[in-house]
Amino acid sequence: MIAELGNFALILALCLAATQAVLPLVGAGIGNERLMRTGRSLAVGQFVFLVASYAALTWAFVVSDFSVEYVALNSNVALPTHYKVTAVWGGHEGSLLLWVMVLAAWSVAVAIFSKPLPREMVARVLAVLGMVSVGFLAFTVLTSNPFDRLIPAPADGVDLNPLLQDPGMIIHPPLLYMGYVGMAVVFAFAMAALIGGRLDAAWARWSRPWTTVAWCFLTLGVGVGSWWAYYELGWGGWWFWDPVENASFMPWLAATALLHCLAVTEKRGGFKVWTVMLAIVTFALTILGAFIVRSGVITSVHAFATDPDRGVFLLAMLGATLLGSLALYAWRAPKVGLGGGFGWYSRESLLLGNNVLLVVSCAAVFIGTLYPLALDAFSLSKISVGPPFFDAVFMPLMMPMLFLVGMAPRVAWKQGNPQETYRELRWVFVVSVLLGIAWPLAMGAWNPLTALGLGLAIWILLTAATDLRNRMMRRRSQGLGGMLRALRPSFLGMHLAHAGLALVVIAISMVNTYEIERDVRLAPGETATAGKYAFTLASVSKVRGPNFDADQASIVVTRNGTQVTTLTPQRRDYDSQTGMPMTQASLHRRPSRDLYVSLGEPVGSDAWLVRLYYKPYMFWMWTGGLLMAFGGFLAAADRRYRLARDRSTVSQTDIPISGRDVRQEVS
Amino acid sequence: MKKRQKRLALVLGVVAGLSVATALVLNAFRDTMVFFVTPSEVMAMSDMPERKFRIGGLVEDGSVERDQESTNVMFRVTDTAKSVTVTYEGILPNLFREGQGVVAEGHIDSDGVFRADKVLARHDEEYMPAEAQEAIERAGHPTDIDKGY
Repeated sequence: MIAELGNFALILALCLAATQAVLPLVGAGIGNERLMRTGRSLAVGQFVFLVASYAALTWAFVVSDFSVEYVALNSNVALPTHYKVTAVWGGHEGSLLLWVMVLAAWSVAVAIFSKPLPREMVARVLAVLGMVSVGFLAFTVLTSNPFDRLIPAPADGVDLNPLLQDPGMIIHPPLLYMGYVGMAVVFAFAMAALIGGRLDAAWARWSRPWTTVAWCFLTLGVGVGSWWAYYELGWGGWWFWDPVENASFMPWLAATALLHCLAVTEKRGGFKVWTVMLAIVTFALTILGAFIVRSGVITSVHAFATDPDRGVFLLAMLGATLLGSLALYAWRAPKVGLGGGFGWYSRESLLLGNNVLLVVSCAAVFIGTLYPLALDAFSLSKISVGPPFFDAVFMPLMMPMLFLVGMAPRVAWKQGNPQETYRELRWVFVVSVLLGIAWPLAMGAWNPLTALGLGLAIWILLTAATDLRNRMMRRRSQGLGGMLRALRPSFLGMHLAHAGLALVVIAISMVNTYEIERDVRLAPGETATAGKYAFTLASVSKVRGPNFDADQASIVVTRNGTQVTTLTPQRRDYDSQTGMPMTQASLHRRPSRDLYVSLGEPVGSDAWLVRLYYKPYMFWMWTGGLLMAFGGFLAAADRRYRLARDRSTVSQTDIPISGRDVRQEVS
Repeated sequence: MKKRQKRLALVLGVVAGLSVATALVLNAFRDTMVFFVTPSEVMAMSDMPERKFRIGGLVEDGSVERDQESTNVMFRVTDTAKSVTVTYEGILPNLFREGQGVVAEGHIDSDGVFRADKVLARHDEEYMPAEAQEAIERAGHPTDIDKGY
């Protein structure tokens, strides 16, 4: 009964979404305020019904109602309760329900926080969000209904994939969906602006915080996914350039470009047409990601039960989105006009350079991911491109980008002065080069690429630090309080995010160069070394978990004769899936390195195969990701967005409407 | 410079950047692309390619020999018509089984043995069971090996 109610609520939400897609848009077109206002109520109504639907599915999981097919396939009686709750998004149908619920939550957030915006704008944004919602809800109801019954009900369910029974998995999908779906909001803002013919700095100022927040969630989602793969898949990799990872990385790259483009649009009124294009591309890439993951064109831990209908539906949705938005773009964009002019050496030009690099890297990932799939789909040949391809393309593109990340914030808008930049940054540059050369030497093995990577990371950190210091010193006369107030959240957030990127670059350079990986055979009492660490297998014993049996090795790690820790990797056999062992790695984490051990299969009478890893600076990979997201949140919280909103309700004249005004204002 | 010239230069700059990027991508593709070859095709090859390639098929029943004193393992990959001997040093994927699909990446030695740097089985991030299936189909035995999983 509960499941039927959930299904009913889902269908009602679809009806509300369809209404939301039409009424406010018509209202905005004919200037009918009552119709425009319906957008807010419909968004809230849709959200309420989706929460009800989601709660019904969760209930079915908690009480183990195996007459619901989706529950039977993704849970079982022995599954611990907290995993039952998270198993709701452990499969395709449920994760789609989470997706549409998150989309509805974003719509409600837009409805609440956009009160000061012009009502036509809000109406159009909500209508576009309604259209997106109709697409995904129809997809859920027609091809992937989580409430389908299974009669007769089995006595016990199949189980949640053991790989997904993990804390990282609890937070990875919701974070990623917050990011993906947030890009739909950005897309809706762009579409609404195109429909209304109002692409100006005010529009950029409204959509910028939304983009930043969505980008932060996407960053966290990708970061947690990588963190999860690192320790849960058991084999120490943190990025495989797997199509599914690329599916989330492409929107991230496009969104990063969009974020920086919006900065130019807001501050200088430039790049408007390009910004809208990036908003469309980013959103299209999220749908493409859904297609890659859910159509069954690839197989991985993410690929759920495959069904050709789903792939066709998603492709149709992608086609409709691109056709509709690009037609609108072609019709409206030429009338937008250019923004403020800028010199060859200016922050705009440097940001443009970075944008090109980001978009090109995104295109390279796109080709590397889809070309083999396309060749295969047309039965031409079977090839695979792995990490070597992506490394070969990515490195040369990222190096100049990292250099610009450090430099661009120090160059003035409109017209910079190369001599001034040179004066300000020459010592920072020299120090970065020297440290970049010296650090690998201190690590014991010198390598030009490592030196370059580390030097660039230091360059970013030092330019950010000196910029913060300069900004504070200018307010020296106002005491410490004044100096701290000089650090506006958006300014500080930008530098923190860039510093986060630098930390990630340090971690990648270090781990790629100095990581040690060894597969060894160990009998009890035997010792193997990885770097300066000695790993001794003390014993292997049987242990029992809540729903699995495991062989657990006890491995003592020593360095120079002193004990560091004892690691206990497991090889688990889940009750529900016998004969399908799972590796549970054991880690010892310190800021300067991770020690990582996983247990392979037994050989001989009492020996085991063991994989040992020494992974330097991995800690900074995750810290860097967190710092990037934190910086983004900080920037989005800047007071000026609230001020801008408040001001825009009073009068619109003080916000530059076109590039021409911006130029006058600046000059 | 006039605005028009500036814009022209900008467009040229972007086009130049894109061409460099395209060259980079194509070059990387040529150097890193890994072709997929079936065991029958391997046996039919007269001279062995020096670059890495992938083979796929089923792990032949009873062919897995694990060295008890080291991490070496040897097995045969078959497409039901021909089979290739593969050696690997290290830990095999958890779901590596006799009679099940497998993909190995590496190169052929002068002694005709395939030395794998990487072995993929089901549930690995990059595994494509289609490759194993394809090998069997190309060998002329269109079977539904999905049933075997």
